[in-house]
Amino acid sequence: MDQDFKRRLIGAMADAVIAHAEELTALDSAIGDGDHGLNMKRGFEAVLAEADTIAAKPLPDALKAIGMALVMKVGGASGPLYGTLAMGLGKALPAEPTAAEAAMALARAIEDVKARGKSDAGQKTMLDVLIPVQAAFAANGDDLATRLPAVAAQAADATVPMKAIRGRASFLGERSIGHMDPGARSSSLLVQAICSVFNEA
Amino acid sequence: MGEQKNVGIVIVSHSAKVAEGAADMVRQMVGDSVPLAAVGGNADGGLGTDVGAIVGAIDKAWSEQGVAILVDLGGAETNSEMAVEMMPEERRERIVICNAPLVEGAVMAATEASGGSSLDAVRATAEELMGG
Repeated sequence: MDQDFKRRLIGAMADAVIAHAEELTALDSAIGDGDHGLNMKRGFEAVLAEADTIAAKPLPDALKAIGMALVMKVGGASGPLYGTLAMGLGKALPAEPTAAEAAMALARAIEDVKARGKSDAGQKTMLDVLIPVQAAFAANGDDLATRLPAVAAQAADATVPMKAIRGRASFLGERSIGHMDPGARSSSLLVQAICSVFNEA
Repeated sequence: MGEQKNVGIVIVSHSAKVAEGAADMVRQMVGDSVPLAAVGGNADGGLGTDVGAIVGAIDKAWSEQGVAILVDLGGAETNSEMAVEMMPEERRERIVICNAPLVEGAVMAATEASGGSSLDAVRATAEELMGG
């Protein structure tokens, strides 16, 4: 993966998060503490500030650097969770992965996120997007970069009727039902951003 | 700084004011007999927690007997776990995050620590509050 491509991936992810910061915050205000958009924006602005340095690193090191920036800057639980995802990918990916290797690395990184958040599928979290996206990715086939954003968007929509079990939203119990999970939405946005860069390639 | 023979206490809140206030209450109980550090707020000074600041607080309250961390809400716990993993390996097993309410837990843990109790005993005293 060349430097320019990595730079574009970072730019697309940061742009997506920054452009949707208010929407993420509004979702989080409904069922959480209302800081998800601002926190993610702060984290990705930190990543963007170092984008050229990060893009110059081999893919695994670049992902570890992104993860560390998110851990240090986000300031909410999403920092360690997204940071763990990025660092987990960095640990599991070779420098030039095939699609199958990338899908397997994502599966391992998702296990790291489950451990970090003491959570699993069906609890109204980012995992409810990441898990189906990984499954579709692993099944492979044509037009992955076109299909995965739709899988992610549907999976985020599917968190609306779920009841939160983990995180601040769990304090609301039944009242968390009827709102999309902000972490699921930010995960869906990141999947869309990454796939858009692959679609341009 | 407190004496190295007692377990240290770290307070991690989303709010700098809560962290400072809880630390004031601990000091009133135990004075300087327990190494203590309190952090609150994200890197921009808003509500939230900051992994780098938590690492600094663990360093500040470090004791060879270990450190007990008291947290408030979810992100404080997740960020504290991350901070513990960033500590040198030989320290990690001597750091615990207590499943206890922040203010009461910090005061109870520090009181236990001030008597020279082990890290396990300090943690157990703080966590008894959850059983009440």
